[in-house]
Amino acid sequence: MAENKGVMIVAEFLNGKLAAISKELLGAGSKLAKDLGEELSVVFIGEGIAGIAPEAIAQGADKVYVVDDVLLKEYLTDAYVAVAEKVIQQVNPRIVLAGQTTLGRDFTPRLAFRLNAAATMDCIDLSIEAGTKKLLMTKPVYGGNARAIFTSEVLPNVATVRVKAMTALAPDASRKGEVVTITAGLDAAAIRTNVLQKVVQEVQGIKLEDATVIVSGGRGMGGPEGFKQLASLAKLLRGAAGASRPPCDSGWVPETMQVGLTGKIVSPDVYIAVAISGSSQHLAGCGGSKNIIAINCDAEANIFKEARFGVVGDWKKVVPALETKLKELLGR
Amino acid sequence: MNIIVCVKQVPDPEAPPASFKIDSATNKVIPPPGVPPVISPFDEQAVEAALRVKDAKGGKITVISLGVNLLRDVVKKPLSMGADELILLEDPAYVDGDSWTTAYALAMAIKKIGQFDLIFCGRQAADTDAGQVGSAIAEILGIPSVTVARKIEVNESKVKVEKVTADGFDVIETSMPALITVSNELGEPRYATIKGIMAAKRKEPIIWKPADISADPAKLGAAGKRMAMLKLFQPVKEGKCEMVTGENEEDAAANLAKKLVEAKLLS
Repeated sequence: MAENKGVMIVAEFLNGKLAAISKELLGAGSKLAKDLGEELSVVFIGEGIAGIAPEAIAQGADKVYVVDDVLLKEYLTDAYVAVAEKVIQQVNPRIVLAGQTTLGRDFTPRLAFRLNAAATMDCIDLSIEAGTKKLLMTKPVYGGNARAIFTSEVLPNVATVRVKAMTALAPDASRKGEVVTITAGLDAAAIRTNVLQKVVQEVQGIKLEDATVIVSGGRGMGGPEGFKQLASLAKLLRGAAGASRPPCDSGWVPETMQVGLTGKIVSPDVYIAVAISGSSQHLAGCGGSKNIIAINCDAEANIFKEARFGVVGDWKKVVPALETKLKELLGR
Repeated sequence: MNIIVCVKQVPDPEAPPASFKIDSATNKVIPPPGVPPVISPFDEQAVEAALRVKDAKGGKITVISLGVNLLRDVVKKPLSMGADELILLEDPAYVDGDSWTTAYALAMAIKKIGQFDLIFCGRQAADTDAGQVGSAIAEILGIPSVTVARKIEVNESKVKVEKVTADGFDVIETSMPALITVSNELGEPRYATIKGIMAAKRKEPIIWKPADISADPAKLGAAGKRMAMLKLFQPVKEGKCEMVTGENEEDAAANLAKKLVEAKLLS
């Protein structure tokens, strides 16, 4: 068998464009490919996606493998894993990277095991060890309390990368790349799952992932009522309201508001954490914020270790007063 | 219905972050004194998912756990919640591996059990946070998998699963046998009942050594692993929070507002 060479990204799409995570993966992949002196490729799996290839090339891909098939219209584990396996057997990359997303979480472990490898999930740093050309994969473990650096003994190295952990390159429309079409060759009978329905729980206003200011509440809010106060502050700051896991698990707010390891990963300019103790699993979701502002009645709360500014006090007194003063200072 | 649930004993993830320590010489976590390990919380939700299917359809729930020094009070918890049988893959040969060796051993144990309609796992373990063993078992057994489930409904030979997505959920149908990984959106696991605790006390786990599950020793534990952990470390925190105070809480809040505007964080 030929030597494993190159870095391959598994792309995802949103509204007919390359998803943000795929641009981040191409950014990270470009650096790895350069350090290896090898090629960066991207595999497109879907239906009607060939037209997006120039965008991937502008973001750093040397080659785009397009597998376009009606059976690939929506993500189905069996179909996508079979197609990716076929492409990988043909191209024989050294490294395969996907996003730590709904798709990547499901797809990547099955793909890795089919290739007789194991994946390293949710990496926040990737680098090539000089000399050995080994991929060093850093990922948070123990709910974010620790980090581990892994290498793989088998090729290809398969990993997923956390959303917003990597930086995309500035697009360069003059970059040249090659587009290669590969047939899916799928047997519809081998696809054992069927999506009956896709339910989107609409969130009003700005999405958490896009917000520059987020006001989040935790267990200490004590119930659903206080979240109205947080939503009001978020609206004033033209931001979004979020929550740690306990308010979601208790049904005080919708699950889609959850920021954390198993919820949304956000990186706003300002993250106001109200009555949130600062568990590692929550910090895994908001640790990338440029400025964390903590409001908590417990002066020893872990969140203060992460914050730039903090106020010790009862949110019922602090948040309304903060909103009133900000309204005045910002002239809104 | 024959249901299998895979559970893992982990250091308590609810322990205060300050008590978390690493032995850098061995790249292992030092168990915090006085904080016993627990069943990984998502795995408890997997047990709850299995119990809900059993409540609706009847059947038998077999729980499997892999490791060494498995505390009986900890690993018996699924029995006290209502599971029927506990199998422990407890042997030094099983440990110090990776997700590949763990999935292989669990899949071999499941093959030995033979009869199964559904396999439940937690969406990810609270220690490694990887979330691959479930999918990997399905891959080895050649059965379909649905990950990150919040609701499971069994109808005849098919299972309907609500899978959590970034902006809502998908309703996915698949044939059985199937493997499903369970997320916290399923809801709180039930408490153990007194009757359950008494029954669990009397029930002894079945121990399977590698030979019992016809496992290839070269594919287990440290001998079989594909991944090498070079380093385990705690990220350094800068910890330079400026505490904003005032005459009272409202005054402190007003001072915070001023600071945020002065620092041009809000405009």
